[in-house]
Amino acid sequence: MARTEIKIGGFGGQGIILSGYIIGRAASIYDAKFATMIQAFGPEARGSACSAQIVVDDHEIAYPYITSPRIMVVMSQEAYTKFSPEVAEGGILITEDELVKPHSLRKDLTHYSIPATRIAEELGRKMVLNIVMMGFMTAVTGLIGVEAMRSAVKVSVPRGTEMLNSNAFNRGYEFGLGLKRA
Amino acid sequence: MKADPKGVMTGAYFIDGDHACAEGAIAAGCRFVAGYPITPSTEVVERIAERFPLIGGMFIQMEDEIASSIAIQGGVWAGKKAMTVTSGPGFSLMMEHLGLAAMTETPCVFVDVQRAGPSTGLPTLPAQGDMMQARWGSHGDYAIIALCPNSPQESFNLTIKAFNLAEQYRVPVLLMLDECVGHMTERVVIPPADQIEITPRRYWEGPKEDLLLFKADKDLVPPMVKAGDGYNIHVTGLTHDERGYPDMTPAAQEKLVRRLVDKIRLNADAIVEYKEDQVEGAEIVVVSYGITSRVAIPAIEQARAEGMKVGHLRLITAWPFPTKRIRELSTTVRGFVVPEINFGQMVREVERWVAGRARVRLVPHGGGSVHDPKDIYAAIAYVGKG
Repeated sequence: MARTEIKIGGFGGQGIILSGYIIGRAASIYDAKFATMIQAFGPEARGSACSAQIVVDDHEIAYPYITSPRIMVVMSQEAYTKFSPEVAEGGILITEDELVKPHSLRKDLTHYSIPATRIAEELGRKMVLNIVMMGFMTAVTGLIGVEAMRSAVKVSVPRGTEMLNSNAFNRGYEFGLGLKRA
Repeated sequence: MKADPKGVMTGAYFIDGDHACAEGAIAAGCRFVAGYPITPSTEVVERIAERFPLIGGMFIQMEDEIASSIAIQGGVWAGKKAMTVTSGPGFSLMMEHLGLAAMTETPCVFVDVQRAGPSTGLPTLPAQGDMMQARWGSHGDYAIIALCPNSPQESFNLTIKAFNLAEQYRVPVLLMLDECVGHMTERVVIPPADQIEITPRRYWEGPKEDLLLFKADKDLVPPMVKAGDGYNIHVTGLTHDERGYPDMTPAAQEKLVRRLVDKIRLNADAIVEYKEDQVEGAEIVVVSYGITSRVAIPAIEQARAEGMKVGHLRLITAWPFPTKRIRELSTTVRGFVVPEINFGQMVREVERWVAGRARVRLVPHGGGSVHDPKDIYAAIAYVGKG
């Protein structure tokens, strides 16, 4: 695998940074890859657009920042507007169905969308929508092994919520597999 | 000796450079930290404050950086390994006590997670503007050791090394991170305690009445004692004799301060550490440190792809500086390129040892982000054209 840049955008409190940790942990601890995450310092706890930036590579990572992400996951309209122009030519854009209306969507992008909020609500906790998104991303991109992601989710979420988050991940993952098959 | 397993969190983690620094300190045996939390170094003391109660350490949030940098020295003389952590204006406030630690030969660690200055500057954004301050920031003449990690893993490793060097040379050691390395999250492997080498404090072993607290051994470093162990000791910032008593004469000054400088200068070969990549046969050598050493790599690779013979020398110890190696290379290469997130600090040291024998090109950056690798590439190409 060549150097792959990933950006996750949303608003503070959605678990954007945690999603970044999960990807980084999965890649670098459970999937024998290298991963570098840059902390987007500032508004992550304050409700405005924030992002996590992760580089994943089979080789050691020199330059730590992302310049044009091949994969972008957005969970808010503001993040879509602000960040989606940065996606690399021909890249993958993953959005949350209810929170993001992808107006004037770039033609070169492969776009995947999932009703993650609804799925999270069905599971009883709207909070796990970011984990649903992680499962979905794992399925549609194939970037990181699913078992590595599952392990990373388990160790990254608050104790006592492992089962709920595993379910959230699996629902997102299955939804993604369904889309890929269709 | 080996690390105390009690503090060592063996395993693989995805953590940032600040957290890795805290774990390195704990693994090194640090059990006293005093600090005044400041961005972007706050995460170091946050983790220390969380971990210390579980392993018998003590963290005190002090009233300011002046107090923090003296409290750790009290901790050291009471027998602990100690450090303080800061950034930006806090580093400036610590300068007086950095000098005291040098003068009293108090082994301790100062961590500076560099942010853009001067003054309050850009609190959340990176710079490498404290490199000369690290060396010369306190008044008078003295010597210190300063290390520059470029990843969270190295932040862990070099924090341990900082404590070890502090004990070996009875000197304050500075760990010069930058905001980028401090806040960057990567895999960090913490080895088992029995694989971590720790330098214990060198204590006086002779008869009590024969102790001379500032009489150096052959390596120019004197042994220590602990306050409370029944020795009559005197530790002062005034120029002192071998007993530690004030002796304010030019002769005492010459003897003491010369030794403080010489114990680092004459041991430099053993202390200096750098990493080279394709430096043999290179026409151009990029000299870098900290985060800039990683940002330079795409530029170096591009230049190599175009047929230029480019080597990379990464400083791990900024101080002492690898003077011999730079002087040696200056006779064989066409030039040096020195990217740093400041308007020219370590480049002065490169120029001093190149002494006109080759070209030296600074790639300056005002701080707040890292270089665009294109700018480093342009400097390499410029020097290459000669």
